[in-house]
Amino acid sequence: MSQIADSQAHYRLTHLKALEAEAIHIMREVAAQFEKPALMFSGGKDSIVMVKLAEKAFRPAKFPFPLLHIDTGHNFPEALAFRDHLVDSIGERLIIHKVQDLIDKGMATEDPGPFPSRNRAQIPTLLDAIETYQFDALFGGARRDEEKARAKERIFSFRDDFGQWDPKNQRPELWNLYNGRSRMGENIRVFPISNWTEMDVWQYIMLEEIEIPDLYFSHEREVVERRGQLVPVGDAPFGPRDGEEVVKRTVRFRTVGDMSCTAATDSPAANLEEIVGEVAAARASERGARMDDKNSEAAMEDRKKEGYF
Amino acid sequence: MSTNTQPKSGTDFSTDPNTNMGMDFSTDAYLDMDLLRFLTCGSVDDGKSTLIGRLLYDSKSIFEDQLEAAETASLSRGDQRMDLALLTDGLRAEREQGITIDVAYRYFATPKRKFIIADCPGHVQYTRNMVTGASTANLALILIDARHGVIEQTRRHSFITSLLRIPHLVVCVNKMDLADWSQETYDKIREDFEEFAARFEITDITFIPMSALTGDNVVNRSENMDWYQGPSLLHHLENVHIAGDRDMIDPRFPVQWVVRPQGDEHHDYRGYGGQVASGVFQVGDEVVALPSGMESKIKSIDIGGDSQQFASPPQSVSIQLEDDIDISRGDMLCRPNNQPTSGQDIDAMVVWMTDTPMQVGKKYTIRHTSNEARCIVKNLNYRLDIETLHRVEEASDLKLNEIGRISIRTTKPLFYDPYRQCRVTGSFIIVDEQTNNTVGAAMIIGETN
Repeated sequence: MSQIADSQAHYRLTHLKALEAEAIHIMREVAAQFEKPALMFSGGKDSIVMVKLAEKAFRPAKFPFPLLHIDTGHNFPEALAFRDHLVDSIGERLIIHKVQDLIDKGMATEDPGPFPSRNRAQIPTLLDAIETYQFDALFGGARRDEEKARAKERIFSFRDDFGQWDPKNQRPELWNLYNGRSRMGENIRVFPISNWTEMDVWQYIMLEEIEIPDLYFSHEREVVERRGQLVPVGDAPFGPRDGEEVVKRTVRFRTVGDMSCTAATDSPAANLEEIVGEVAAARASERGARMDDKNSEAAMEDRKKEGYF
Repeated sequence: MSTNTQPKSGTDFSTDPNTNMGMDFSTDAYLDMDLLRFLTCGSVDDGKSTLIGRLLYDSKSIFEDQLEAAETASLSRGDQRMDLALLTDGLRAEREQGITIDVAYRYFATPKRKFIIADCPGHVQYTRNMVTGASTANLALILIDARHGVIEQTRRHSFITSLLRIPHLVVCVNKMDLADWSQETYDKIREDFEEFAARFEITDITFIPMSALTGDNVVNRSENMDWYQGPSLLHHLENVHIAGDRDMIDPRFPVQWVVRPQGDEHHDYRGYGGQVASGVFQVGDEVVALPSGMESKIKSIDIGGDSQQFASPPQSVSIQLEDDIDISRGDMLCRPNNQPTSGQDIDAMVVWMTDTPMQVGKKYTIRHTSNEARCIVKNLNYRLDIETLHRVEEASDLKLNEIGRISIRTTKPLFYDPYRQCRVTGSFIIVDEQTNNTVGAAMIIGETN
């Protein structure tokens, strides 16, 4: 082998390391270009990976931004416990903004119906958090492989004063040059793991030995079957509905959102290697377990235009 | 569509070449994959969506619920069969009008590589979108309809590929099923292409006759075209040599962020965060900081506090120096005996990306590596007609999607290399100071004469 080929092999970068490098670059760019960024932290695996990437970008210093949790009040208790544990272990600041507070103040309304999702009520809550803390940039863990509208969203995604996304009026994004210039009142959502797939996230968690909530691993749980999905049951308002039978199943969650809109999957996968095997063999997309996307073909696009992540 | 076999789960790695489509990932294999970013240029008419649909479908990157959603949408629109474009067209306006407006990014993987596709619309009014997708691509796929041969669009796409310096080009001569699988037709197209492409600097061109519809030469070698001895498209994508595309010779490190812990534990730490643009940096290397010209040695290289001995592109690392010299965002580290050009009068090719034309004499903000400066457009040397490639020297402005050579003067020196040498230090974007919009993409030629 020639010397040049030798050195190329020596300096070879795997795809995970290339994605990591891109994400670190994006995070530092935001830290440098904005006054008051925050990292949206849900307790889900994608936001946990973002925290890891922030450590890579800024350690041994502290993060130049706080974590922000939009608390719907519909969280899995396990996810909240994990959130607090993680924040404690990394020693960073966490801001919690509650949907319930906005509903109490009359600034957000609960969806009608007996079993409301709080997906929509998150939007005014998030916008209120931006207003309250004057955030000008928010990191989100969304990935382009999740959904069709996201496949076309920029890494730096601009929102107007109302938090709205205009898909036809996006800034061109070239090379690794990001234009973060904005006016007062405008803010951006930044997606450092845009180019990661679900598989990449799991592989990275395995490679970096990142701790994640137990919800992702196979466990016994009380669920009901609802519209063909296994829905977790818990304390009110997450109890079984009329005519539903509570059964114990061995399940895990591929995605962790609200208890009111996240379905479990039958799975014996109890460790990361098994999860990776399962993801490789999966026949349904991750967002298939999100009941809120099923409402209409353009459900996500519509929510994003209103200010959703 | 070929049948999509249920993959085995688990961690065994199959070496059977017939089952290598994105299925059997062993943990080791997955962690050892590299990344190829490629661009697809063409329109729906060329079968681009079908081709992408097939790559995604055969690599099991489309899930059942996504297929179902596309089927439901096709039926409700009254289509006879499922429209594959619905799998790839994301925005409602695009679905309603059956066109692609914006760059969409798609992902698939085989046990050898992970692929990021920048799926770009083909028509001339979307040149800026194609340039956007091309800026990060290592390889471009250009689709040609075998029945129509090399057309104006082919020339335009090839030109942009060469303008953006995409190192590898694959010319997909598609719809061979509608051209009787004719070698003569293929050879003619190949000759036509080579003739005009000789004017461009494209180093690596591969031609593949195929039918995305039937799958011939997409994943598997075609039986209908036994006269073709080359690889299938997927085989080529998996094996094209990309490691050599990175410049390992000319170290350039734009400083993006200074990592400075507050607190006693690390109070001596002062790391310069950035992404290696080109070349290799090693602990102990002598470096010079621009613009100050101060020299020092690399004391340590780390990622998030984990040390390593060297950094190569495109790694994002933090570099500490032996000496305490004043360095901030926008500065650049390089080697004392290998420095970029430093200057304020620069010539560049620019692609204009907004409705308001570029005006000579107007001031803009530019972003170049981690640096920001203001500039004035001193001169528009010529506009390039992208249909004919003729230079229009009497041009007075650049409109949306037009390309031209400009001379600018910046408010402070930039540390740059010609784009042909380094895509990172040789590119900048132009930002309108009123709208804050990104309005131009520029590739540096060199110092203004």
